Amino acid sequence: MELAIFILFAGLALVSSIVVVTHKNPVYATLSLVLTLFSVAVLFVLLGAPFLAALQILIYAGAILVLFLFVLMLLNVGRQEGPSGHRVQLFTALLGGVAFAAMLVLLFWRQQGGPRPPAAPLSAQLVSLTALAQELFGRYLLQFEIVGLLLLVAVVGATVLARRPPPREPEAEP
Amino acid sequence: MSTELAATLIKLAVALGLLLNVVPIMVWVERRGSALMQDRPGPNRLGPFGLIQPLADALKFMFKEDVTPAAVDRPLYLMAPVLGLLPALTTFSVIPFGPDLTVRGHRIQLVVASAETGVLLFLALASLGVYSLVMAGYSSNNKYSLLGSVRASAQMISYELALTLAVVAVVIPVGSFELSKVVAYQRAHVWNLLPQILGFLIFLVASFAETNRLPFDLPEAESELVAGFHTEYSAMRFATFFMAEYISMTSLSALGVTLYAGGWSLPGVDLHGWTGAVLGLLILVGKIAVCLAVFVWVRWTFPRFRYDQLMRLGWKVLLPLAILNLIVVAAMTLAGWL
Amino acid sequence: MSVPVSWYLALSAVLFGIGAIGALTRRNGISIFLSIEVMLNAANLSLAAYARQFGEHTGQVIVFFVLAVAAAEAAVGLALFIGVFRGRRTIDVNRMNLMQH
Repeated sequence: MELAIFILFAGLALVSSIVVVTHKNPVYATLSLVLTLFSVAVLFVLLGAPFLAALQILIYAGAILVLFLFVLMLLNVGRQEGPSGHRVQLFTALLGGVAFAAMLVLLFWRQQGGPRPPAAPLSAQLVSLTALAQELFGRYLLQFEIVGLLLLVAVVGATVLARRPPPREPEAEP
Repeated sequence: MSTELAATLIKLAVALGLLLNVVPIMVWVERRGSALMQDRPGPNRLGPFGLIQPLADALKFMFKEDVTPAAVDRPLYLMAPVLGLLPALTTFSVIPFGPDLTVRGHRIQLVVASAETGVLLFLALASLGVYSLVMAGYSSNNKYSLLGSVRASAQMISYELALTLAVVAVVIPVGSFELSKVVAYQRAHVWNLLPQILGFLIFLVASFAETNRLPFDLPEAESELVAGFHTEYSAMRFATFFMAEYISMTSLSALGVTLYAGGWSLPGVDLHGWTGAVLGLLILVGKIAVCLAVFVWVRWTFPRFRYDQLMRLGWKVLLPLAILNLIVVAAMTLAGWL
Repeated sequence: MSVPVSWYLALSAVLFGIGAIGALTRRNGISIFLSIEVMLNAANLSLAAYARQFGEHTGQVIVFFVLAVAAAEAAVGLALFIGVFRGRRTIDVNRMNLMQH
């Protein structure tokens, strides 16, 4: 059962992420990214992190991508005419991406020590929200507060960057 | 078929039955209720008290000519109304509608999805409702629709914040996101309406804004922006948007009564077993009905908010109040009063 | 049957590669941003997979922080795009060439 869900949503994540990077229309790409995020959220649930799954949908799909769509609609970005001209650049990027992914897979394989047996069943400890909260607010409290500060800085920065420049005052004659 | 699977299917049937049947009932309530408040008869020709009217409306929508404008972005245009239904229907899955039952040795919780992240799942799925609006406005290829949908989605995400903070304030004394625990807490103590009246009011106002109901229905009002994001939709697709709106009203009301008014329980009434389950469901439905009646009442009483007033209310009034509510509740919980 | 953790890691590597290809080939600034989000998600997936393997919460806590930082980054990045668009009327990254000789 877990295998079936994994295969379904892993496949969905792969297909929709390919659509994200290839579709000409940025709006469709964003909607595909929503699908990707949703699939990754389901995979989070399979990995014993339901809280992260809910947060992923709430924050990423529900707020960040809506922001993307707003900007796309406000800037009225039309369909792009296809990826950058140079064939060489495309080919190199493709080669580089594939090589990098292959390298990562190799590294992971070596770290795991070859194909491993199925993972041990999920412990209640891992899935428990209380335990995660105790870690977050206990061991990682300082980091939590710093991230809060970072978000504040981001809000202020975004507001300042996005507002219209104040109208220039006409020079007053002395 | 295992007991668990059969139980889940039955619970799913109950939840869907409730949600899908609410729509024609609400259509009737809306039209008769508004007529009552406006001192006119309302629909009274079809059946006693006009009860067959929703059926006539449904048939009208089904037989109307289905026009798809030529310049729309077809896939998004067709998907948008359906996508509005998805969050509306799935969010109900975390609402408990009765006490635990013991069937054939299994302890069954009367919740479709008894996840530890209960309410958080509700909020997450509800936040996906913005996409239907965005897609409808963008795909219509029409500047009025685009403006209407940008306004509607900005309104939704702004009020989502106040809603989430009000919900978090309820969760703090309970100590768990699961709604069954929230109901158990309210059975042991007092309904959350009393100590968290501010939170309840914030939740109420925010849920009006979340469902695009008056007084926050600027994005879809008939006289504004040529009907806003659903300008280019007709017949069945238009009906789907309104189905989605009524269903999300029901889900949010269900959440509201579960968080603040005890959900399926009544103070002093001991419910258990099968009779308890049925009674619990009826009590929950009754409370949701009261909430929906308030929705209709408010709609036909208040004038509409202007867009800047709406945004100012959301960010400058509700959000600080919600944060204040959160701080007060957290302090009271620490002091041991809650 | 439970899914081995290495499968999740392999999936995350492939997603990262796809995102990297997208970030390198797209011309539209916002599309590049979307590809970067794909890469961030791939990293989150591998962090959660490791959390599962070692039975510790550290991976999940890091994902939590990555989520928050990604939100901050998206907000500021999009604000920058709006600013650039106001000046140059385009978000085609090939046209942002003021620093080229």
